Amino acid sequence: MIDVQQVSRYFGDVAAVNDISFKVEKGEIVGFLGPNAAGKTTAMRVLTTYLPATSGTATVAGFDVHEQSMEVRKRIGYLPENPPLYQDMRVRDYLEFVAKIKGVAPADRHKAVDEAMDKAAIGDVSGRVIKYLSKGYKQRVGLAQALVHNPEVLILDEPTVRLDPNQIIEVRQLIKSLAGNHTIILSTHILPEVSMTCERVVIINKGVIVAEDTTEGLTKKHAGATRLTVSVDAPLQAVMEKIGAVRGVTKVEKTSGDHTTVFVESDKEVEIRPEVAQVLVANGWPLYELKAEDVSLEDVFLHLTTQEEGPVE
Amino acid sequence: MRNFLAIYQREVKSYFSSPIAYVVIGLFLILAGIFFYLIISNFMQMCMRVDMMAQQYRMAPQKMNVNLMAIRPIMHNLSLFALFFLPLVTMRLYSDEKRTGTIELLMTSPVTNLQAILGKFFAAATLYLVMLGGTFLYIIFLFLYGNPEVGPIFTAYLGLLLLGLCYIAFGVFFSTLTDNQIIAAVSTFVFILFFWAIGWVSGFVSPSLGETLSSFSLIEHFDDFAKGVLDTKHIVYYISFIFMGLFLSFVSIESTRWRGR
Repeated sequence: MIDVQQVSRYFGDVAAVNDISFKVEKGEIVGFLGPNAAGKTTAMRVLTTYLPATSGTATVAGFDVHEQSMEVRKRIGYLPENPPLYQDMRVRDYLEFVAKIKGVAPADRHKAVDEAMDKAAIGDVSGRVIKYLSKGYKQRVGLAQALVHNPEVLILDEPTVRLDPNQIIEVRQLIKSLAGNHTIILSTHILPEVSMTCERVVIINKGVIVAEDTTEGLTKKHAGATRLTVSVDAPLQAVMEKIGAVRGVTKVEKTSGDHTTVFVESDKEVEIRPEVAQVLVANGWPLYELKAEDVSLEDVFLHLTTQEEGPVE
Repeated sequence: MRNFLAIYQREVKSYFSSPIAYVVIGLFLILAGIFFYLIISNFMQMCMRVDMMAQQYRMAPQKMNVNLMAIRPIMHNLSLFALFFLPLVTMRLYSDEKRTGTIELLMTSPVTNLQAILGKFFAAATLYLVMLGGTFLYIIFLFLYGNPEVGPIFTAYLGLLLLGLCYIAFGVFFSTLTDNQIIAAVSTFVFILFFWAIGWVSGFVSPSLGETLSSFSLIEHFDDFAKGVLDTKHIVYYISFIFMGLFLSFVSIESTRWRGR
């Protein structure tokens, strides 16, 4: 559905996006993840035909974003970072206008606007002037604007920013429910959002893609080490010695806890939990806790965007 | 056509659903009305003086031409007021879209830049037509109390329309250059004023240069319209000027994408 091949975009000498390539299949939800100024918005603007790429090609629904931009534009719904709202219009009039310029047939326009307002849950403000709406409502009007012509592809730049927690949950559910019929790219710097809504993640940093995988795949691949927290009722010195002797363990250190609690790190390929348990049982120490710590997407993100310079593979 | 109409209707609605249209039209008509009154009073005084002189010397009173002595200066006044007001009408057309980010909606919708520019241009032109239409009221009074010729009035309004469209075309252009409405308005004003006054230097330079310069002047071309002369060279000049403004707007919007600002 979306195919980006070696796209770069320069502003003067600065590359906002440098040689990125990725594909999105029909019906997928893909998250663009990256710190501020990583190039997420620029990449999306290239896809929406707002900005031409300096080099490289991108196609959306089989149409080149530069050569056949009008065809692409008919098939995308785009919510920019700042929702593009005409402040002095009423919500309904605004959506009718958007439906008109997006090419919705006059006969279907009324229904299309109703449906979009329904999906974005803004039916109760349809007669209000946009500038008097709260930020959350404005954001949702922006979302309705992207949906009004029922586009094949949705490109959402930080769709949940400015919303309150309840609304964030609603919008995430809305986005998930749209997958399947729509292909969705959304950008965010909120990490839980990606693991909750997206099937696949593209992490961008300084204009290059540093990782691209499913959320589970990413956390697995970049886990580095397996970490265990072990809490037993036994002398610290003995515990550290015995656990340290287990094959694969690379580090044992004391951490705080009610009992004798240690923090164990091991090579990522080796599963040490059974052996550690055995050691404890063999010594007759009462075990209170044996917990493997998950490496969160957050750790992966920090790891990728603060240390790596080039693509990780 | 549908896209053009969508943009056009939105812009017209936006003018008339905000105070802009009413303030601009109202103040324009007040100002035009005051000057209409002053010019007509002046004309009446002159008529009376001529009458008295005729009686004194026992001659037939001289005929006074209301078209030449009242309507022509009124039309010149209107052309100047339009210069003050139209930059205020056009300044928001693109600047505001840039400032609020709605330009992103416009430029990612299946609307060509030409459709958008023309939609905005004609929306501003519509507002200008309403402004001009209001001044008919003053002219009607002249018909009630005098007998002016219709032809010169028609050509004068045609001239005013073409002149105003020149202002608007370049107003659109300067509005595409910046997201600041004040800058857009001031640049339009100064640019138009420059082309307005360019003929004034003709007295100080060589005759051939002077003639060339005054043939570029917006107002030199207007005088014939105000006098009642319809000359294709003036019409061609104004239409070229309008095309130039719209063409530059188009180039500017297209290049915005490349510059990314």
